[in-house]
Amino acid sequence: MLTTASVLDLSGVTKRFTAPDGVSPLTAIERVSLNVHAGEFVAVVGPSGCGKSTILNLVAGLDRPSEGRIMLNGIPVEGPNPTVGFMLQKDLLLPWRTIVHNVEFGLEARAISRAERRERALRELQRCRLQDFAQSYPYQLSGGMRQRAALARTLAIEPAIVLLDEPFSALDAQTKLILQKSFAQTIASSAITTLLITHDLMEAVIMSDRILVMSERPGRIVEEIPVNLPDRDNPMARISAPRAREYVDHLLASLHLQEKAA
Amino acid sequence: MSASDLSTAVRPLATSPQAGGGTKETVVPEHPVPAPRTGLASPAAIMLGSIGFGLLFLLAWQFLPPALGVPSYIIPTVTDLARDFVRMAQRENLMVHVLSTVTIATTGFVIGSFLGAAMGYILGMSVFIEKVLSPYILGLQIAPKVAFAPLFIMWLGYNAWPKLLVTILVVFFPILVNVLQSMKTVDRDLINLARAYSMSRMQIFWKIEVPTSMPALMAGLRIGATLAVIGVTVGELVGGNTGLGYLITFGEGQANTAMVFNAIVLLTLIGIVLYGAVAMIEARVLHYIPRAMR
Repeated sequence: MLTTASVLDLSGVTKRFTAPDGVSPLTAIERVSLNVHAGEFVAVVGPSGCGKSTILNLVAGLDRPSEGRIMLNGIPVEGPNPTVGFMLQKDLLLPWRTIVHNVEFGLEARAISRAERRERALRELQRCRLQDFAQSYPYQLSGGMRQRAALARTLAIEPAIVLLDEPFSALDAQTKLILQKSFAQTIASSAITTLLITHDLMEAVIMSDRILVMSERPGRIVEEIPVNLPDRDNPMARISAPRAREYVDHLLASLHLQEKAA
Repeated sequence: MSASDLSTAVRPLATSPQAGGGTKETVVPEHPVPAPRTGLASPAAIMLGSIGFGLLFLLAWQFLPPALGVPSYIIPTVTDLARDFVRMAQRENLMVHVLSTVTIATTGFVIGSFLGAAMGYILGMSVFIEKVLSPYILGLQIAPKVAFAPLFIMWLGYNAWPKLLVTILVVFFPILVNVLQSMKTVDRDLINLARAYSMSRMQIFWKIEVPTSMPALMAGLRIGATLAVIGVTVGELVGGNTGLGYLITFGEGQANTAMVFNAIVLLTLIGIVLYGAVAMIEARVLHYIPRAMR
């Protein structure tokens, strides 16, 4: 029972936006149902503009669904929620703060002492292997290190679920691999429940337990693929597994990318 | 005339620190390797060149006009200026005038900056008020603020207040506009991040919006520092009997060209000191922006 407990549960979620002309509403996602279990790593892939980021905003409570229901640990999401951590392609580090002070940022709306905040931030930096850069400023770090600092900031609030919105897409290919491994290790070792939104099919295969494929707008979930590969904590091992390629091929077919390219 | 000249000369300052600090654009030239002639010069050589040019200029000033038969009541030589400077210090209470100008320029700058920044933040926080007031702000921004000086004198008399008021008015707008602009361009994702962390509106203001606006505020302060001197000068030119601006009109009345030149030089020095002070504060406040990007 405990192992199958859903941390995140979306049922029949539709989100419509008012179009610029104010008449015809734009449906970003339509009747999306998905769940993420405790400790699970789920990836959502889909063409650009399929409403992947809409899902993230809804789960984070920054936006409200037009229809349907979003439950987090059995409680409906009705606004910004302190148990959701999210990370974007941009690291969103505050350039005027040191790294450790940046990690403290998410804790500053909470009633905890300054000393405890610092202690927790330093612990997260340790977990993300950035303890030596606690007093550095963001501009002094590489892009990959900045994303790790952003992960530390996200984990510092001890979220029930971490939402990753293409966190590696701004990095060069090698840094990306190194960072994917670094994230996978951190996430696996602490059994962090994660929802990854990405357009990189290989990334979805090598990092997740389960992949949800979305259609073009209005975004719907058209397929669910469990990834039966070992080494979820080590994407570098997965990437060279022949079966990883098969999953990617399957995703290519599922998204009809071959036909579109032709 | 002097006011409009100077304000156009100042404008590039508004954009350069912002482009470096506000956005992430690094100002890396496309082809850093070429530029052969200046690229080879060492900083010491450049400094030596600058000093050499200055000396050459002073020498030309000293000897060229007499050689060309220009009388010293049109262009006084450098030594004429120095001689008259000593006379001004001894006979004209120069220190009193300098102190008056410095005090009003600094006070006006501080008050104008504070009000401009405060107004910028208030308008930045309320889209409604900003939209309602924006045509008037634009209008007042374009209006030549120094032209208000005679009006202030009619209202307040021949004392320090009109000068202070002109200075405040002149400093107010560039800072208001810079702060407002930066408030409008704060990264939405940063705000959303703070919202996701359940931060209050005031927390978002103090933790995100105010620090984000710092490069723009500092750019505004730089402009304000130079404008403050213009404001106080115009105020003194138009009315009163103290300050370097007054010495200019007084010198003009006496056909004492050297005195006018000296007052201009001193006003410039005051502007440079004020600007330097702002630049020093900026270097401290914006320490987190790498030097090359500023």
